[in-house]
Amino acid sequence: MTAAHAADATAEISLEGGQATGRGAGGPAPVRVYVGYGFWIFILSDMVMFSAFFAAYAVLEGATAGGPGGRQLFDLTNVAWETACLLLSSFACGLASLAAASRNALWFHVAMAATFVLGAVFVGLELKEFAGLAAAGDGPQRSAFLSAFFTLVGCHGLHVTAGLLWLLTMMAQVLAKGFRADILRRILCFTLFWHALDIIWVAIFTVVYLMGKTP
Amino acid sequence: MNLLGKLTWAALPLDQPIPMIASAAVALGILAVLAWVVLSGHFPYLWREWITSVDHKHIGVMYCLLALVMLLRGFSDAIMMRSQQAVAFHAPGYLPPEHYDQVFSAHGTIMIFFVAMPFVIGLMNFVVPLQLGVRDVAFPTLNSVSFWLTATGALLVNLSLGIGEFARTGWLPYPPLSELTYSPGVGVDYYLWSLQISGVGTLLTGINFVTTILKLRAPGMSYLRMPMFCWTALASNLLIVAAFPILTATLAMLILDRYLGFHFFTNEAGGNVMMFMNLIWAWGHPEVYILVLPAFGVFSEVVSTFSGKPLFGYRSMVIATMAICLLSFMVWLHHFFTMGAGADVNAVFGVMSMIIAVPTGVKVFNWLFTMYGGRIRFETPVLWSIGFMVTFVIGGMTGVLLAVPPADFLLHNSLFLVAHFHNVIIGGVLFGAFAGYEYWFPKAFGFRLHGGLGKAAFWCWLIGFYLAFMPLYVVGLEGMTRRMQHYDVPAWHPWLLLAAAGSVVILIGICCQIAQLWISIARREALRDVTGDPWDGRSLEWSTASPPPAFNYAVLPDVRGEDAYWSIKRAAGEPASPAYEAIEVPRNSPTGFVCAFFATVMGFALIWHIWWMAIAGLIGAGATFVVFAWRDRTEEVIPAAEVERIDRQNLQARAQALAGKAASA
Repeated sequence: MTAAHAADATAEISLEGGQATGRGAGGPAPVRVYVGYGFWIFILSDMVMFSAFFAAYAVLEGATAGGPGGRQLFDLTNVAWETACLLLSSFACGLASLAAASRNALWFHVAMAATFVLGAVFVGLELKEFAGLAAAGDGPQRSAFLSAFFTLVGCHGLHVTAGLLWLLTMMAQVLAKGFRADILRRILCFTLFWHALDIIWVAIFTVVYLMGKTP
Repeated sequence: MNLLGKLTWAALPLDQPIPMIASAAVALGILAVLAWVVLSGHFPYLWREWITSVDHKHIGVMYCLLALVMLLRGFSDAIMMRSQQAVAFHAPGYLPPEHYDQVFSAHGTIMIFFVAMPFVIGLMNFVVPLQLGVRDVAFPTLNSVSFWLTATGALLVNLSLGIGEFARTGWLPYPPLSELTYSPGVGVDYYLWSLQISGVGTLLTGINFVTTILKLRAPGMSYLRMPMFCWTALASNLLIVAAFPILTATLAMLILDRYLGFHFFTNEAGGNVMMFMNLIWAWGHPEVYILVLPAFGVFSEVVSTFSGKPLFGYRSMVIATMAICLLSFMVWLHHFFTMGAGADVNAVFGVMSMIIAVPTGVKVFNWLFTMYGGRIRFETPVLWSIGFMVTFVIGGMTGVLLAVPPADFLLHNSLFLVAHFHNVIIGGVLFGAFAGYEYWFPKAFGFRLHGGLGKAAFWCWLIGFYLAFMPLYVVGLEGMTRRMQHYDVPAWHPWLLLAAAGSVVILIGICCQIAQLWISIARREALRDVTGDPWDGRSLEWSTASPPPAFNYAVLPDVRGEDAYWSIKRAAGEPASPAYEAIEVPRNSPTGFVCAFFATVMGFALIWHIWWMAIAGLIGAGATFVVFAWRDRTEEVIPAAEVERIDRQNLQARAQALAGKAASA
């Protein structure tokens, strides 16, 4: 590059407002930036999928086919415990990412284990609720409302279960390989995933349980 | 419990000669090719350079190849339908109803999901990183996973030809017909699982390309310097990210209905059939723009290159593209005006549908004004582009007609509708894909496609298209509904004969394309292009060698304006003596292939209710990713000396060719 060109380029960069890669001045973004970015896009797509299940639930909420509705079926105490577990597990997950940031393997494993236990309790409580409903004859085959309920809440539960498996592989990776750059990026993605499941749970808690219970 | 679920010897269609012979021939053909590959010792090369490749260029080529092969399958379904309707006047024809229903369902499914989608995704794969001036997509291994999952879907659909049956529900499995009560066989399950699996691949592609385009561009490549194809690819992939999860959710609901007795879309227990129509078209309408926007991008590149002018109204084109991206989510209800949502709702969606024609019209004028005053070279890609402009405008206008709710009440589900969407999908998407195939082929392989046969193929397709589909508008207006296995209206018969003749002309066009590929490979030395820039191109992909080296660019280009390579060429004189550095390229990985293998096992098992095998497939696919996560070396380093050698070779060939051209001129 000639000197004139270089001056030219600097002028252009300042015109375009600094080194912001979005404007194209800086060239390709570093890998730690775009991995997280790409995972965000995945989370957005996942939320679109949940919104389809939410829409189906909203359409079918009244379609109880003569069977019980949310007001008869939901037990807010159980749901409150579920919420507490999931939010606390997110807190523990936050501690794990802090531990990873300071490369503290011991605290990372402790915090991840706490995340796992709280998440597993959440899944257990959800299964308990589902089993209770099914035993009383109010399984997903009972009515369109219950189909939509089991699918929406169960899809979130499946996500949490998949997250638990992912969590175990992250602990194993750190154990076997240490805080390698690519493993740190995966930890970032995992924590994004785990917190996103909280956001979806807050929506389920509100739309399904609170609005379903209140007249 | 039965160890093989619903699978028995009765699944083989031994009593039906057509699918039996066809599937046996295909199976023998595949076995012969595999045997040839293994016996002639090509397998290691295939495994190393293609199957496990994570290079976006190789993956792009494989996508296009998949699309071309599946085009043959989809077209054989088409010509069966045309010939059936040609002979089934006051007669049963040669296809029994239950087979005919599978043929039109498979035709639509294959053409949309396994021809149009892989073709545009293949072109985007090959071109976008090159045009952005970077070395690969953001997630190369995921890209390979995407491709192989798409191939799994295609494989499962084709497996249904020989083992069991395919759906008889049309390309969108409308309930209650697609529910277990009315479709108890495995046909709908083949549809559902092949689309769920390939849908995961498509979603990953969307995520990959949105990230690539927004985060990985050469220095100086600001948004408003990106070639038009990159803009349309961005819009298309944003739509994939926003729309495909809806398809996944909708099909999941139908799966739950069929497998576990849920009541989303059933007639009983409060199920809501119309919810399926709303959900499927909330994906389905954006889907048509997912397909056509990249085609618009191809035409923009082709028209500008071969007119020797920058694209007219580049910024208005960008705005039009993004406007279509947004508006495509606001028109879905026009697919079922007859649902009975009422005059007000229908009016809103009718008006929205007409509004979406405005940005498309802007684009057509932009292409016309790009050509206006240009020095146009009538190479094959230009023919496809001009053919597109004429055809697509007709299809667009019949679309605006269908967007008028009262007219739609008359034309709904008629062959007029069938003619309309073939008019825009063949005239828009397929012509665009063919233009891109002709245009970028020399970049991918280093030699051109034979010109004469390409032009012959174009004319056969164009004339064949008009012969095949204009009659369908007529019979549609005369009241013929779609998907009829036989009929007894004398007025329709001559038109359907004409349509069948049109499909034969298209068949000749396809034969020309096969011959073109064959002859071009045979005469590749004569068609060789050593310059890397055979069309006097304007965007960055033409600045590197053909085929491009694994790292695409020895030194990342420094972009200084729109039409990046054009300005570099015009500013010639600057001697190229860059400081070469070692380049890291991602290592090959069999993850995609192995994962797709397990996905195929899982999909097949789920279709046939072989639960142990489904669980094994799922665990296998999951374990593949854990194994992938465990590897220590993710990148290969190409030393600086090697980069320099490859780059100098290209620069020298290019300079020699240019000197030769100057001497002869």
